[in-house]
Amino acid sequence: MADHTPRIRVPKKAAKGDVVEIKTLISHQMESGQRKDKQGQVIPREIINKFTCAMNGETVFSADLEPAISANPYLSFYVKVEGPADLKFTWVDDNGSVYEADAKIAVA
Amino acid sequence: GRLGRLAAAQRLSQKDLLAFEPLGQVTLLHVTDIHAQLKPIYFREPTVNLGVGEVAGLPPHVTGKDFLKRYDIAGESAEAYALTDQDFVALARDYGRVGGMDRLATLIKAIRAERPDNTLLLDGGDTWQGSYTSLATKGADMVEVMNALGTEAMTAHWEFTYGEERVKELIEQVAFPFLAGNVRDTEWEEAVFDSTAFFERGGVKIAVIGQAFPYTPVANPRYMVPHWSFGIREDDVAASVQDARAKGAELVVLLSHNGFDVDRKLAGRVEGIDVLLTGHTHDALPRIETVGKTLLVASGSHGKFLSRLDLDVKGGKVADFRYRLIPVLTDAIQPDPEMAALVEKVRAPYAADLGKVLGKTDSLLYRRGNFNGTFDDLICQAMLAERDAEIALSPGFRWGASLLPGQEITLDDVYNMTAITYPATYRNEMTGEMLKTVLEDVADNLFNPDPYYQQGGDMVRVGGLGYRIDIHKPIGQRISNMTLLKDGSAIDPARSYVIAGWASVNEGTQGPPIWDVVTDYIQKQGTVVVPPNQTIEVVT
Amino acid sequence: TLLPDAPAQAQEASKKLEDAIKKAIGDKQPADGAGVIALDVPQIAENGNTVPLGIAVESPMAADNYVKTVHLFADGNPSPGVIAFHFTPKSGKAEAATRMRLAKTQNVVALAEMSDGKVLMTKAEVKVTIGGCGG
Ligand SMILES: [Mn+2]
Ligand SMILES: [Mn+2]
Repeated sequence: MADHTPRIRVPKKAAKGDVVEIKTLISHQMESGQRKDKQGQVIPREIINKFTCAMNGETVFSADLEPAISANPYLSFYVKVEGPADLKFTWVDDNGSVYEADAKIAVA
Repeated sequence: GRLGRLAAAQRLSQKDLLAFEPLGQVTLLHVTDIHAQLKPIYFREPTVNLGVGEVAGLPPHVTGKDFLKRYDIAGESAEAYALTDQDFVALARDYGRVGGMDRLATLIKAIRAERPDNTLLLDGGDTWQGSYTSLATKGADMVEVMNALGTEAMTAHWEFTYGEERVKELIEQVAFPFLAGNVRDTEWEEAVFDSTAFFERGGVKIAVIGQAFPYTPVANPRYMVPHWSFGIREDDVAASVQDARAKGAELVVLLSHNGFDVDRKLAGRVEGIDVLLTGHTHDALPRIETVGKTLLVASGSHGKFLSRLDLDVKGGKVADFRYRLIPVLTDAIQPDPEMAALVEKVRAPYAADLGKVLGKTDSLLYRRGNFNGTFDDLICQAMLAERDAEIALSPGFRWGASLLPGQEITLDDVYNMTAITYPATYRNEMTGEMLKTVLEDVADNLFNPDPYYQQGGDMVRVGGLGYRIDIHKPIGQRISNMTLLKDGSAIDPARSYVIAGWASVNEGTQGPPIWDVVTDYIQKQGTVVVPPNQTIEVVT
Repeated sequence: TLLPDAPAQAQEASKKLEDAIKKAIGDKQPADGAGVIALDVPQIAENGNTVPLGIAVESPMAADNYVKTVHLFADGNPSPGVIAFHFTPKSGKAEAATRMRLAKTQNVVALAEMSDGKVLMTKAEVKVTIGGCGG
């Protein structure tokens, strides 16, 4: 089975009110559905189609991905830290699989 | 010109070349695009260097007689010899070779002795590549020479063609900052190198921001730098300038390898660059070009020139400046003994190869110019003959030393034109349609009216093929009248042609290295004759 | 002529793009977003398989005035959709980046949908080239 380990870069600490950058990567071939195999058969589409970042249970940023997104999709975005933050990241695969990661930002 | 009368009197001296009335607190010295030329050479400036759009007819797109007129330079003067193609062979015989790291060292040491607390020596890159010894030592020879020269910061382009690992190794060996703020890693999009270094000269805090060649992974093989991403990144340059000012810089210098037209556009869009030291397009301009308050310096290539820019800085602004593009006329300058010894030392292990005489040339051999140069024609002839092809393609590099009629051609000379880390001479088939696409694509890299789309090389050189080019048309419409020279037939889009070429940016390209192909051909010819190329019709 | 039928191709591409835009924003007429939307793409792609793409939209990102969604399209790909970024006031900034595939030289189009329903648009050309020369 393919490895779909997510990796994230989140600052460990922030001040209240800071807008901090979050970067994420997940290993995934992002099969576009436009390639053909050696027999000339179209390789079926299989991509990550949805990404969500929730902070303390509330969605703060999300993205709908299309086959034009490169393999091993990279996303960077921001969140505004109003207090200690529990972040949950979710990637949804065409095949129904869901990959998850967590992070915490402490508030100094 | 200033040097004209002196030359006529045959009294041109080192003192004349160094003559300069100092000004202000800071003396910037700039060299760029040395292309690993340790020894004096001949280097002929272009006959054709066309600009399109807003920059048509503006420097550096001025050559020959127009150049002499614009800069008020007397014909047959040392400046005319150094800066133009006019009477090149005759003047080369009078004035002799140019460059040589031992001569450059003499000039730099003299200026430093005069201005010990004011001088800052900056290198614009394309320093570690372009010769037999730089290739054999993977750039180590030039690192040693730059350290000895007392270089204080550099940026890069061809340096990257030694690959990521080697670049990192050599950076460990350089005694000064390697600056490239526009390179990010391809994983997390984060800075790979420092963007900025700070110096204090004459009591002025100076920020030097480095900008590597933005199109390195496009113009050169991407597989050499798979984890690094480049680009002009105008916003990052602006951020570096602001950051430098915030840290107290009174003088902000962009040490750039963007190419002149890209830099001119950038200077108009990014506030606060006081001095923009340009590189990559190998232009030598005897006067500063200004964009708003930014001073643009173009210091030529191959160790042929040393730029000296004196600056009077008041209240974080350039109040006054004085500039001289010093031609490094070898015969007028005493070699620096230490540098001369170092150059001999780094070349000694390869002496037998370097001195090997392959033949002789009856023609002037040069490369520089928008379209085929005679050395390129020689390379194309060699590929057509040695690789049994109908059409030859040779890259439009801007580096490569010239050879005078009557000169012997050594292996050293061949490497000066071919020393790259991806030298395979391929032989394959290409349809007429593909061939046109290639020519159109390269032409657009050169003649796109938006400088940010220009990659700064010259047009791909062709052998066995004639064409017409209208530089002002858009991509897809510039090239016409493509003709197969061997039978005069029009190129058929559907037919396949046997093509030989070298310097493919694709990984895994197979074939003998270009220097072997050219060497074999020259040895068979004995004496090389390259007639003027009349197969490319340029519509301007 | 050596080139394929360029005008017909361009027409087909613009029809596909129109359809995709309509699907994203309905019948709304986007206003010029230059100066408000910063679309960060390279002028020339280093690698068509992975082209950096960033957007930043000027906005206070307040509860009553924020950027809801930025839709991104590439008009020369087999299918023009690239990604949609959905923001909230808690995003703090309407700024995001990813990497995309571009089959050939084409326009990247960004549409920013604001919380008040307004839509702004901007675009930039990315050149995908053969490469291989240098100074
Ligand atoms: Mn260069
Ligand atoms: Mn160069």
